[in-house]
Amino acid sequence: MTDVTEALNVTYSAAAPTPAAQESRPILETRGLTVRYGASAAVKNVAVKIGERHITAIIGPSGCGKSTLIRVFNRMNDVIPNVHTEGQVLYRDQDLYAPNVDPVEVRRRIGMVFQKPNPFPKSIFENVAWGPRINGWKGNVKEMVETSLRKAALWNEVKDKLSDNGLQLSGGQQQRLCIARAIALEPEVILMDEPCSALDPVATGKIEELILELKERYTIVIVTHNMQQAARVSDFTAFMCMGDLIEFGPTTQLFTKPVQKSTEDYITGRFG
Amino acid sequence: MSVLQTSPGVNRRRIANRIFALLCMMSVLFGIVLLFLILKEVWDQGASSISHRFFTEPPSRFPEKAGVQSALWGSVWIVGLVALISLPVGVAAAVYLEEYSRKGRLSTFIELNISNLAGVPSIVFGILGMVVFVRVLALGQSVLAGAMTMSLLVLPTVIIAAREAIRAVPSSMRHAALALGATKWQTVASHVLPTALPGILTGVILSLSRAIGETAPLLMVGAAGYIAFPPSGPLSSFTVLPIQIFFWADLPNPGYRGPAAAAILVLLAVLLTMNAAAVIIRQRFQRYKP
Repeated sequence: MTDVTEALNVTYSAAAPTPAAQESRPILETRGLTVRYGASAAVKNVAVKIGERHITAIIGPSGCGKSTLIRVFNRMNDVIPNVHTEGQVLYRDQDLYAPNVDPVEVRRRIGMVFQKPNPFPKSIFENVAWGPRINGWKGNVKEMVETSLRKAALWNEVKDKLSDNGLQLSGGQQQRLCIARAIALEPEVILMDEPCSALDPVATGKIEELILELKERYTIVIVTHNMQQAARVSDFTAFMCMGDLIEFGPTTQLFTKPVQKSTEDYITGRFG
Repeated sequence: MSVLQTSPGVNRRRIANRIFALLCMMSVLFGIVLLFLILKEVWDQGASSISHRFFTEPPSRFPEKAGVQSALWGSVWIVGLVALISLPVGVAAAVYLEEYSRKGRLSTFIELNISNLAGVPSIVFGILGMVVFVRVLALGQSVLAGAMTMSLLVLPTVIIAAREAIRAVPSSMRHAALALGATKWQTVASHVLPTALPGILTGVILSLSRAIGETAPLLMVGAAGYIAFPPSGPLSSFTVLPIQIFFWADLPNPGYRGPAAAAILVLLAVLLTMNAAAVIIRQRFQRYKP
């Protein structure tokens, strides 16, 4: 366990590689990934590479396995009973599913934002401060909370009411609080599982703006059922259907010149 | 002709509806009226015996001098110790069953048996307590042995209530914590238990109010009818309110009816206070639930 932690730490501290390295080495990669719920496979033999500091969108009809795929990257599928994962999931060439890897170590480096905003029923300040604190972070907590809230474009709206309960915020603000909470841990990757599906268009617009800003520092993987959203924010798009990865490529290419017939059918609204 | 024509048989159905509503109401009244009559009877007999002295004096050979001091303190000791024992053990068991144990045949079997234990007659727990705590562990006929016996009795209820409360915590909260790199224990300690606490406390208080009213198991572990002093420590001999009531009501001297009824009033007051506390805790915390 310790040697893996060290290995992860090394890559963690080397978080700012040269631009050339960004292009050549993916930060996340799956090889022959199959995820089963009991007997039925939700993700089948998927191979995908996620580029560093890019936004990668995963689209597809309901039940295509896109949420299952994104939860593989921070081992959140482990939380669900009867899930079996086969194949490799590499994070900077380290297999996240190797037997000696602790999911806790994975999750503090690969953050996640959920479909429904789920702030803790605690103060706004505490929502942000909790993650670093339980991970043994030492330093100026106030500063760290402010920085995280600023990065999540929420600071100006909440700076005078940091002790208010996080649940008193609006839906869009709650979701940005959840993003701030994830950012506070200084992850390299932020996974977003349909982060706007519970929000109105204005709040959605703000989150999308924020996602584009976050790209400067973080690698973002976003699951969305909204194709316009994928087209607006992402650099790469993966199209999934029935657990298969049908097509993966630069977003502009996938939306303008899809290679596969079913991709074209889906993005033109003929099914799904 | 009106649009709303009378359909056939509607009168008969309307009458059946009224009769049924009446029957239901009478069932409600039956319980309430009986309870009220008993309360009135107890009040008439006991109210005059309640005075400051009644709370500061031990039982006596003379009915007019008898008080509930030792029994009231005995009950306080029992409830306090039962809370100290059953809260941590019950919550820990509930956390294990809900958060850690793998769902399977074994956990189903354990769950089923906890429910069964909640239905075991209290005298059985009394016998168990007499054998294990009084004799094998040699605690004697002490307040500690009584409290441990009573803890066994209420543990199943505490575990069931705590599990319900823990299960009611939305899983999205657990996921949020786990996704921040929290361990299971950090998730449970920081988020699940605080959120479940009002529900757990409500269950514990209701269990304690059962413990304060139970008589049979404490008779088995040797709570006595005549104890002149409140317990001075966990190993003191003791008596409790229900046993004091039973002891006085059993005496041939009719003069003891007053103190017995007064002690019932004291016990009822304690019970109602505890139940009210449970309701207040539940309502106060509900506002902050997500």
